[in-house]
Amino acid sequence: MKKLELIEISKSFSTGGSDTKILNGINLHVNEGEFVSLIGPSGSGKTTLFHLIGGLIRPSSGQIVMEGSDVTGRKGLVSYMPQQASLFPWRTVEENVILARETAGLPKAESLELAREWLAKVGLQGYEKEHPHVLSGGMQQRVSFLRALLSPQELMCLDEPFGALDALTREEMQHWLLKIWEQNKRSVLFITHSLEEALLLSDRIYLLSDKPSRIEREVVVPFERPRALTITEDPAFISMKRELINLMKSVGSGS
Amino acid sequence: MIRSLWKKGWPPLLTAILLLLLWQLGVTWAGTPAWRLPAPLQIVEEGIRQAPLLGKHVSFTVSITLLGFAIGSALGLLIACLLHVIPGMKAAFYPLLVLSQNVPTIALAPLLMIWFGFGLLPKLIVITLVCFFPVTVAALGGLSNPDPGMHRYLEMIGARRSQLFWKLELPYALPSVFSGLKISATYSVMGGVIAEWLGSDKGIGVFMLLAKSSFRTDRVFVAIFLIVVLSLLLFGAIVLLEKWTVRWKPDKH
Repeated sequence: MKKLELIEISKSFSTGGSDTKILNGINLHVNEGEFVSLIGPSGSGKTTLFHLIGGLIRPSSGQIVMEGSDVTGRKGLVSYMPQQASLFPWRTVEENVILARETAGLPKAESLELAREWLAKVGLQGYEKEHPHVLSGGMQQRVSFLRALLSPQELMCLDEPFGALDALTREEMQHWLLKIWEQNKRSVLFITHSLEEALLLSDRIYLLSDKPSRIEREVVVPFERPRALTITEDPAFISMKRELINLMKSVGSGS
Repeated sequence: MIRSLWKKGWPPLLTAILLLLLWQLGVTWAGTPAWRLPAPLQIVEEGIRQAPLLGKHVSFTVSITLLGFAIGSALGLLIACLLHVIPGMKAAFYPLLVLSQNVPTIALAPLLMIWFGFGLLPKLIVITLVCFFPVTVAALGGLSNPDPGMHRYLEMIGARRSQLFWKLELPYALPSVFSGLKISATYSVMGGVIAEWLGSDKGIGVFMLLAKSSFRTDRVFVAIFLIVVLSLLLFGAIVLLEKWTVRWKPDKH
């Protein structure tokens, strides 16, 4: 079952009289319970794609379909994790976690209970009533991820969630996300710059070309789940990574 | 918190004490007559002598100031929210609002008396007029510049316009609102005194007028000291309220 499908999505922005084409006939889909990554050079319109899926803007042409029905331009159908944690500083940690549920109108007491349960699971017990500024960058991203995970919407859109973290924290968070996701199997669309991150986490990867972006290649990641963290040292993993890096280079220089 | 207050508080306090000392010595050495410039100690003495009489004046000023400040600030916040929330309102009204501040309150006051007499109402209107503007400007500034990341997040998860306002814009604007409130707090005492000049039988403003017409310079200074102290107290109260409300900001120390 396809959770999300983008059909021939194109988007142009008009700046100063001339049209700039950002996306050029994008076709992609995310299956139920599938982890799909979107990777591409900076400025290849990945964030624009997310805004289209979130319904903030409308495509110039094409359709966005969720579970079989056309939802082009409709808001509130995805859960979202931005690059910056963007926690609300006046809300306590647990109140931040329930923000998406609250916005969707779910009962508060129940959401809070769920939030506390999950905060304990991700090693943040004792921080429920603290404000976000006492947390480290990695901890803030965990809270931000929980906020997305506990959202009532099935499809999670993660926009380079670890892009702003230092290398060590980043690796730690990738392992953490891998574990959590394999236990829960939500449908995920994940934007990243890092091929290794994409290969470690995903079931499938879409490679985007430079502007105006097309889907350059779709790659099925063959490694079995649950994945061990040592997989990044596996020869098959390394050769696949090298192959994709070369492909990305040719895509990048082709513009 | 008390310690940090003390740390920040002692340099200006010391400066103030030094200035008062200079004033005291200067007046004593130069032999300035008290009707021209009384020494600080003389003023304090006169203040203590007048204390029984001052009670009703001070309590009247305090009550109209607090009431006017509350109404003015609430109105200021309300106006800011309306201008912000209703599309087109800000463009239509904000320039006029700024223009309205060029009309001096003291020039409006006689009109207010003609229209509303000598009761409480015209006085409250004067204080309200003085108070609402700083709050409106500060609140509007805060409301219209929420954090772009948080804003995008709420949009992505499908928050409605009203949810954007209550969950992001209003709480985000709170520190700005407090900046406006602090300015209004200091203005409001001045507004109260001006309102009393225009027609009242009690209040610090009235005490001041009486002192002036009998050339009691020392009593004029007593009134000035009282106004300063009241302004400071109100300002301090707002600072405390801010610390208590805006608790999420990390301490800078």
